[in-house]
Order: sequence, then C-alpha cells, then structure tokens
Amino acid sequence: MSQTLVLARRNLLHVLSDPEQLIGITIQPLMFLLLFVYVFGGAISGSTRGYLQFVLPGLLVQGIAFGTAQTAAGLNADFQRGLIDRFRSLPIARSAVVAGRVTADLLRTAWSTLIIVAVAVALGFRFHGGWAGVLGAACLALAVGFGMCWLMAFLGVSLRSAESVQAAGFMLVLPLTFASSVLVPAASMPGWLQAFVKVNPMTIFADAMRGLMLGGPVATPVLQAAAWVAGITLVFGALTVRRYQTRS
Amino acid sequence: MDGLAIQTEGLGKSFGSKRVLDGLDLEVRRGNIFGLLGPNGAGKTTAVRILATLLAADTGRALVLGFDVARQPQQVRRVIGLTGQYAAVDDLISAQENLYMIGRLLGLRPRAARRRGGELLAAFGLADAADTKVRAYSGGMRRRLDLAASLVGRPAVLFLDEPTTGLDLASRNELWDMIRELAADGTTVLLTTQYLEEADRLAGQIMVIDRGRTVALGTPGELKGLAGGQVLEVRPLRESDASAAARVLAGLAGAGAGTPGTEGDLLTVQVPDEELVTIAARRLDEAGIPVSHLAVRLPSLDEAFLAITGHHADADAGDTETELEGAGR
Repeated sequence: MSQTLVLARRNLLHVLSDPEQLIGITIQPLMFLLLFVYVFGGAISGSTRGYLQFVLPGLLVQGIAFGTAQTAAGLNADFQRGLIDRFRSLPIARSAVVAGRVTADLLRTAWSTLIIVAVAVALGFRFHGGWAGVLGAACLALAVGFGMCWLMAFLGVSLRSAESVQAAGFMLVLPLTFASSVLVPAASMPGWLQAFVKVNPMTIFADAMRGLMLGGPVATPVLQAAAWVAGITLVFGALTVRRYQTRS
Repeated sequence: MDGLAIQTEGLGKSFGSKRVLDGLDLEVRRGNIFGLLGPNGAGKTTAVRILATLLAADTGRALVLGFDVARQPQQVRRVIGLTGQYAAVDDLISAQENLYMIGRLLGLRPRAARRRGGELLAAFGLADAADTKVRAYSGGMRRRLDLAASLVGRPAVLFLDEPTTGLDLASRNELWDMIRELAADGTTVLLTTQYLEEADRLAGQIMVIDRGRTVALGTPGELKGLAGGQVLEVRPLRESDASAAARVLAGLAGAGAGTPGTEGDLLTVQVPDEELVTIAARRLDEAGIPVSHLAVRLPSLDEAFLAITGHHADADAGDTETELEGAGR
C-alpha cells in the first residue's frame, strides 16, 4: 500500500512539475465543455442552457475516458525508459507500479472533473438530485475513472510503442463516447446504431450520471454501471498485472 | 556454496528459435568483481536479466547468495542492485526525488530515505545537481545517478550491464573508480562489457562468452596470454618507410612476436610482453626509420576473440539480442 502511494506521488510530481500537463488537465476539459455547449447546444436542444443541463453528466464521463488515456501512455513510457526493469528488480509488490499509476491518474481525473463542474455551475448548470445525487455522482466519476484506468493500463503494458498506445487509446475512446448517449439522446440515431448505443458502457455511465445529477431514474443505470466497472477492473486488472510481470 | 555470491548451472534461454544462452555455468566468489566479456549477442544481458529476476530461464538454475532466482525472487531482489545498459532513472523528476522514491520503495522512512539519497548524491558528485530534473543531465551524470539508484539498498551483489557503453573517457574513468571502491567495500560485482580493457582494469576474473557459451575463463593476465598478449602499434614518420618498418617488426618473431599486420597507416604486431617494445624501438632506430607513434595496447575484443575462438566476434548474432533488448523497453 505504501509502495503504491510512493509511486503515485512520483506520477503526480510529473504533473505538478510540468506546466504544460497542468494546463492540459485543467484547460482541455473546459474547452470541451465550452465548445460542445456553445457550438452544438442551440442546434441540439434549442438553447445552450438546456443543452448544458443535458450534456454535462455525459461530458464528465467523456472527460474521464479521455483522461485515462494518460494511464496507458505513462505506463508505456516507463517500459520504454527501462524504469520498469528497475522497479521489477526491487522487492516490491507486483501490483504496486500499476496501482501507483492508477491512483495518481484518479486524482488527476478528479481534478479535471471538479474544474468542469465548477465552471458549468457558474454557467448556469443546476443539480436536481440533491446532496445524495452530488455525492453519488462523485463516487460514480471515481469508479468509472478507476475501471477505465485498468483498461488503459492493459493497453499501456501490452503495446510496444508510444504511437500505437496513443492510436489504440483514441480508436477505443472516440467511438465509445460518440456512439453513446454521452452527447445526444440516442432516439434520433438509426436502429442498428441504437442497438450498439444501448449496450455501450459509456451510455450506461452517462445515464447513471444523469440520474444522479439531474434527478431521474437511478437504481438500474447505477447498478449496471457498477457491474461494468467491477467487470472491467477484474478482467483488465488481472490481465495487466500478469502482462506487467511477463513482458520481457 | 560457501563463499559464492552467484552460481549458475546449465543456464539456458531461447528467444524463438534463437538459442541465446546455451548452458552457462558461472561461479562468482563474494567480494569479487567478475567480468562477463563478449560481443553483442553473446548472451550477457540475458544472463544478467535472469540473475536479476527480470527474465525466467528455460533450463538450468541460478542462485544469488544462495537464493534461487526462479523460486525466491523477492529474496534475491532484496540483496541485489541492477544498473542496466540504458540509464533507468526517471528523467522527469530530480535526482534527489529518484533516490528518495527508491529508498521509500525499499521500506526506508521518509527521513532515512532523504538522508540515504543525500549521501549517495554527495558520494557520486551529484550534490550540486540534486534538485535538477534528470532530463537535463549529461550522459555521464545519468550513468552515475543510475549506479547510485542501484545502491540505495546497499546491495551485497551488484549487476552492472555495460555500465560505461557510450561514455566519454573521463566519465568512464570516474565510473571505474566508483566500481572499484564498491568492491573494496565488499560488494560482489558482476560486470558485463564489450571492452577487454574494462574487464582488465576492473575484474579479478573474466569469463569470455560467445553465443551463450563460455569460451574462456581466467584472470585478466591469463586471458591476455590466451589472447596473444598485447598489440604493438607503429606509425613511421615517412610513409615510404612502411615496408622497411614492417620488415623490422617481422624480425621480432624470434623474440615471440606475431605476424605484422596493418590498420590504416598503423603497423601492428602482437607481442607477448612490453619488453619487446624497447627492442622494437631500438631496431627501428638502428634501421634509420623515425616513427611518429609507438605504443602498446591491449588487443580489442575482436582480436582476443580471434585468438581464443579462431573466429571473429559474430556480429550477426548481435542483432538479435539488441532487437530483443530494444523490444523489452
């Protein structure tokens, strides 16, 4: 546990000592928020205010998904630099390096999420799910971030080059977040796409987030989201730790 | 087993159809510097990676301080330090933070980890750059920090995988001094190198390996004997004297010298000892051939190889290991 924290601290030092990264994790999610709300808002919902209410929960999910790509990139870079050899030759827990990475990235994700929510509230977003909803949304955001981190960690330890990691992360996250209810309701999409949107975990995460933040149906989407997070974490957590050890 | 820090028996490893280690037997006594010498692709890095628990051997077994690397990896990791071919330090944080991180990972308390890091930075001449990000370090500084990083836990056995490859002469000498000091303090060092000179300067015992197999084992002196002693180099002042100078060198055969050859404008001949240098200098002088360069050096790895194995260091095998190493990062 303390080894995980030592390694998480190291990853956070990377962010804190690098102004570009700090700006990246602060400004980039805001950029998404402002662009989507003011460019698409009127066309999709008739008013930017109305779209802001609809899209913010989805944008939080999207921001988390994009943010965790850093997990893949960071782990991969550690392999490239030979740092993983150093860590593997130390008497530390097998999972510590990846867990340290995930912990740091979770904190980063929490920071980005907080910034978006704060600005969205300033722009007129209102919670309608009460304090329980706010708390639930925060927990859900962390849980989704946690699950996605393990998925990305697996990409990071499995793929060879930084370029392929970036490409794979992008190819995975972009269709998943766009072909979902993250940005628009699925009703206007063709039937075959709706079928995919329905089972897409991003849809489930976004619906659960909406329920918690806007006060809609909560129980089913939250349970489904929890199941997805647990599944992703178990499968990719195990795969990642194994791959981490055996990668030569 | 007593007195042995490292012991391997029939260590074998293949990557695909490529046999990288082919039954390597190794014995390193405690407190010794042991040099593993060979060309690229000889299996040096693979042997070190197996001993450092980073790679599983296909056959044979390896013990470090009596711990089996396959069955007791955590115990092995507690007693070893590893400095790889490429400096494995985090270049996005400072040197101080690097050493602190490793100290904490090894279970030191925060204050003790800071202190240990400070000690090592001072000992390795990096105290002034302690708070500088490693990214800004020179190659020599990185290598020193990498060595410092492998010493945080005061390992009893240290693996140095080509520690000076790519360094300039001054940095190389500095690193050599540090390695000698470590051994003087009782650390067992297994050093891999492509340079006979490096092995000669540092190691008490040298094993020459080729294609995963031992081809020679001995003290530096014994090995130099096997490799045909040293090489005398002569460069005549006037190019027109080249053939006359070659005749003079050929005349040293009676005193045990080899057949003269050329390397560019240099005439070279293998000599069993340095005494022949004086004789060569006198005869060249008597023959009225002024020289601009007259020196003895150790044979290169390739020359030693040729003498020991009868073939040149195999560059073909080298590519495979380099590729695999590259892929592992």
